[in-house]
Amino acid sequence: MQTQLSTLSRRDAVKAAAWALAAAAIAPKLAFADEKAVAAEIKKLYGDKPMASGKIKLDVPEIAENGLVVPINVEIESPMTEADYVKAVHVFAEGNPQPGVVSYQFTPACGKASAATRMRLAQTQDIICIAEMSNGALHTAKANIKVTIGGCGG
Amino acid sequence: MTTKPTPRVRVPAKAAAGEMIEIKTLISHEMESGQRKDAEGKTIPRKIINKFSASFNGKPVFSADWYSAISANPYQSFFFKATESGEFTFIWKDDDGSEYTAKNKLTVG
Amino acid sequence: MISRRDFLQATAVAAALTTTSGLGPLGRAAAQQTLSQADILRFEPQGQVTILHVADIHAQLMPLQFREPAVNLGIGEAKGLPPHLTDAAFREHFKIAAGSADAFALTSDDFVSLARNYGRMGGLDRIATLVKAVRAERGADKVLLLDGGDTWQGSWSSLQTKGQDMVEVMSALKLDAMTSHWEFTLGAERVKEIVEAAPFAFLAQNIRDKEWNEPVFPPRKVFEKGGVKVAVIGQALPRTAVANPRWMFPDWEFGIREDELQKQVEEARAEGAAIVVLLSHDGFDVDRKLASRVKGIDVILTAHTHDAMPGLIRVGQTALVASGSHGKFVSRLDIAVKDGKVADIRFKLMPVFADAIAPDPEMAALVTKLRAPYAAELAKEIGRTESLLYRRGNFNGSFDDLICDAMLSQRDAEIALSPGFRWGGSLLPDEAITWEAISNATAITYPNCYRMEMTGAQLKEILEDVADNIFHPDPYFQGGGDMVRIGGMGYAIDVGKPMGSRISGLTHLKSGKPIDASRKYVVAGWASVNEGTQGPPIWDVVRDHVAATKTIIIKPNDAVKVSGA
Repeated sequence: MQTQLSTLSRRDAVKAAAWALAAAAIAPKLAFADEKAVAAEIKKLYGDKPMASGKIKLDVPEIAENGLVVPINVEIESPMTEADYVKAVHVFAEGNPQPGVVSYQFTPACGKASAATRMRLAQTQDIICIAEMSNGALHTAKANIKVTIGGCGG
Repeated sequence: MTTKPTPRVRVPAKAAAGEMIEIKTLISHEMESGQRKDAEGKTIPRKIINKFSASFNGKPVFSADWYSAISANPYQSFFFKATESGEFTFIWKDDDGSEYTAKNKLTVG
Repeated sequence: MISRRDFLQATAVAAALTTTSGLGPLGRAAAQQTLSQADILRFEPQGQVTILHVADIHAQLMPLQFREPAVNLGIGEAKGLPPHLTDAAFREHFKIAAGSADAFALTSDDFVSLARNYGRMGGLDRIATLVKAVRAERGADKVLLLDGGDTWQGSWSSLQTKGQDMVEVMSALKLDAMTSHWEFTLGAERVKEIVEAAPFAFLAQNIRDKEWNEPVFPPRKVFEKGGVKVAVIGQALPRTAVANPRWMFPDWEFGIREDELQKQVEEARAEGAAIVVLLSHDGFDVDRKLASRVKGIDVILTAHTHDAMPGLIRVGQTALVASGSHGKFVSRLDIAVKDGKVADIRFKLMPVFADAIAPDPEMAALVTKLRAPYAAELAKEIGRTESLLYRRGNFNGSFDDLICDAMLSQRDAEIALSPGFRWGGSLLPDEAITWEAISNATAITYPNCYRMEMTGAQLKEILEDVADNIFHPDPYFQGGGDMVRIGGMGYAIDVGKPMGSRISGLTHLKSGKPIDASRKYVVAGWASVNEGTQGPPIWDVVRDHVAATKTIIIKPNDAVKVSGA
């Protein structure tokens, strides 16, 4: 084990220790996105339109069990009728190599603006969610997800 | 990609009119992010499924644009309000231009 | 609430006789005369339903010593609140006399003399006596026995039988339902095998399969007791896949899952449940926060953090119970229901004093039978200790110091890392260190003691990460046990700082020099969560060290400087 260590990255070496890192498969040397990169993406989509809080339930684990597979469930409060529905939802990760995670397009046929998928997270970071309503109104929500090296289990 | 991506879908076969049903989908795919390097230090090119879409009787219901942060063997669930009998079509679009399709019937009544 | 007063009365004579040193002039005999099985069981019954709760037994079939923590810091909103009180502050809060039986059972200072006075605690045969007595008093149709989990792991016999010894004992005890944490380290297949055959319910609302996101275990069960519907919802440790090797249960996902829990409560009420109980392995601080956010839970039976409290903690309409660990206590709650709702709860934390409670003959026979294949091996004396050996405490324990010393010497390492597990018995000075004592502190399914190089920077990163799992101000972001124990290295920690800036002053103890961030150090450790970790099992490492040393002396450990508490 010792001889192998010199060829491993810093993060991989930590993973080899008792307290294993969850997200080592994402290359560590890349530049990560940040708040600014996410803000730039949002600006591309919606310019400087104001955003309200509320209406979005962003359901993510507080602590990722595996940084490569982190469940994310979004649900937006809406009647989902032809007159009033959620048009689109965008999810961004501030600490990943690229800010985009997923964009959803809903229709009134959905009945409920709720969708779940699984994502990769390189490190502890904030997840940003933007919802665009059929009348053009924008809502936003944010959640912090911790990516830990784990171990030491009680 | 060693095996052809295989989609799997869980949709109830029957629903009452007005019932909200959950649709769960999975597809086997490595979702190569384009951010990893091989043993020689060369970047492994990106190859992901970038779009998932669902329609019912030919009418769009839901779609998702997936970026490189989506996990391997991507999972997607969403809801559908059952109003009439018909057929779902689910389509996954790969970076390489391939399309993978699944169809499921739903009986309402 | 009668319980505290009664128990204080029962032990008042003992307390009056004892000095602050704990050892009264008449010694152990006097204490035993005043503390009887009847005193422990005395309870003014009420209502339709009695709930008995045990948790974190950690496979301890036999009575043992277990010293409670001297350091148990509360962070953020939990600062200074029970259970984050120790010793004098704990006794003051719960009105416990120094030197009393309660002081021995619940606090740590003066442990050695009190332990010699009051004897061991726990033992499944004593627990069986209490459970049977309550069932006889109330009628079995009114009594629900619930187990908060961490039951099938923690001893040599449970490790060798893959939890079967504990499953048989809990079945014989007519357990109604349990939830889980360490059980999962037996592996998914074994857990499913046990659960399918077990006569008790195995409940966990917060585990999903990773493929389709469907529940893996039943989330709840409704029991009809005393003409009342009692819904019991199970909550396994939300951080199991972070704190323990997730490759042992690769298809399962955990988490707190508040929304789903809220739905469980509402469905249970809709089914007519008058009492909704959360049988939880969240840990106390997580449950305290959860109680303020999930509505409609009457009682949360907490576990995981091993807290024992002789009183209920109320958060809104929810009562929180902390029943301790290692079989030291059985909690009793008598619940009165009026108009379909909980009207009153009467509570007592019954201490399981092994010398005061007559063993239940059937259970004693079963325990003897289950231990027989290992009895000779377990009794084998490997060495002796001159020091008190214990585990609990946020930063170190002398038993962990022993394990770290063993790794440093047997694995020829500069630095040793030992996980901050909360389980494992205590040994008094001049006691034998038997194979049982060693295995009680080490019996896990991933015991390999690795040896590898780490840079100073990596060591700091590990300490920061583990510290954030314990001292994050939001309990939902905490996970796992106490702080990782370190041999051969000292450090300072400011628990009030954020992630990444708590740890400083890393020092290589042997040379007295600061740890060099870029230098590589030879590190030994165990309980790696990685699959395929190489090295001898930790119990062999400790055995070889104890056998070579013969008499263990652990000096007070002042290598961790704590601030910000």
